[in-house]
Amino acid sequence: MTRRVIVAGASLGGLRAVERLRAAGWREDITVIGSEPHMPYNRPPLSKSFLRELDPNSDTHSAAREIAASAAFPVRVDPAGIEWRLGRTVTAARLAAREVDLDDGTTLSYDGLVIATGLRPRRLGFTGGDAGRHVLRTAHDAARLRVALAKAGRVVIVGGGFIGCEVAATARQLGCEVTVVEPLPEPMLAALGGGLAAAMRGHHERRGVRFVLGRAVAALREDASGAMAGIELDDGTPIACEVLVEAIGSHPNIEWLAGNGLDLSNGVLCDDRMFVEGCSEVVAVGDVARYRGGLCADPPRRTEHWCAATDTARRAAPGLVAQLDGVTTELGPWPIPTFWTDQFDLRVQGLGVTGAADEYTVLEGSLEQFERGVIVGAWRTGALTGVLAVGVPPAFLRPYRDQVMAASSQTSVTV
Amino acid sequence: MKVLVDLDVCEYHGQCAIAAPDVFDLKDESTLLWDAEPDEALRADVEAAADVCPTQAISIQD
Repeated sequence: MTRRVIVAGASLGGLRAVERLRAAGWREDITVIGSEPHMPYNRPPLSKSFLRELDPNSDTHSAAREIAASAAFPVRVDPAGIEWRLGRTVTAARLAAREVDLDDGTTLSYDGLVIATGLRPRRLGFTGGDAGRHVLRTAHDAARLRVALAKAGRVVIVGGGFIGCEVAATARQLGCEVTVVEPLPEPMLAALGGGLAAAMRGHHERRGVRFVLGRAVAALREDASGAMAGIELDDGTPIACEVLVEAIGSHPNIEWLAGNGLDLSNGVLCDDRMFVEGCSEVVAVGDVARYRGGLCADPPRRTEHWCAATDTARRAAPGLVAQLDGVTTELGPWPIPTFWTDQFDLRVQGLGVTGAADEYTVLEGSLEQFERGVIVGAWRTGALTGVLAVGVPPAFLRPYRDQVMAASSQTSVTV
Repeated sequence: MKVLVDLDVCEYHGQCAIAAPDVFDLKDESTLLWDAEPDEALRADVEAAADVCPTQAISIQD
């Protein structure tokens, strides 16, 4: 009787899990279940090139298929023995019985389970204006937003994180009037620190993006036909718009795991080997997983960076295969995390842990002329835990990467 | 091992040059150079580069 590993989730985490399971020697069946009707595709281009380049007159479903197809990841494994159930959602799991339920009424049993169900966008807690409200996570969201931006004069983006700022830049490049509403004193403040965040805001403002900082949305406004008409801030100020983009963070997709005694308080809690705590044949990868990682000793957290899908799958898959085949395996050190954001003509690249540091210092270049190149270091308890760079060739970043890696092996960084 | 880079898809992030500095060299904002047949000893670095590329422009052919 052939054994089966089920991979719940068919985005980058699920794909890397499949690749790493095979690379770790798993020769038996793999069933991948993905709620979107597409093979795994890359999400970062959704906020940039796809919003700019899509034909705004195409219908949403065709456009979504086109986006997903052009962003599709190459599948680097032999298809034999791998079943893809796309457009299907996992609705429940009974881990003790090693079973999962799908939304088509099927129940599948497994010998090993990879949880890779990722995130869904948080929504503002208001009703109304639905046709003019947008999030950006999937190809379908991007297709819908592209059509809306073509017709919109005014766009309000709630949330000044990376996604909000990327969409702001793209919408501005499409000729829209753009306002970003962000409760903190700067956009991207937690990730970049005050200096670089302010510099990025200035770059946006010089290109016509308006920021409303230190304010939240208190109400939505509809016109007489129920279409989006705008928002009202918590100080009563109205801001009119045809398109509202809600870029206020994400919820991990873990509801299907309820009832199994897991810690689901913020994603799926895993140990250092990416095993779900208390389970010997269940691992989690990607955005949904909460774990310590290499540079943060305590507490475990979800890493919403693109690199985490690959880094966690590289760790989880060999461990799961070793468990299923009854062997031991050694897991190497965690790779240094990286991230980037592209906004207008700028690229910010991050290495290591840069969020909520004790101190940010300019290591090279200057914030005043940051578009010409700047490197900012992020420090915690006196150690360089990460760097942020704008307009810097990779060769310049290598010595800092080495320094950050050295710091991680010497210090136990508390986040 | 042959290393292939799709320059139509490459966006010159240079993460490959950080992951595998002996194989990839991002000379400036729009010029990537790479060793098309690197030594087998560099396979782990090249695989890391292929994984970390934000646009998945790198593939390995054996």
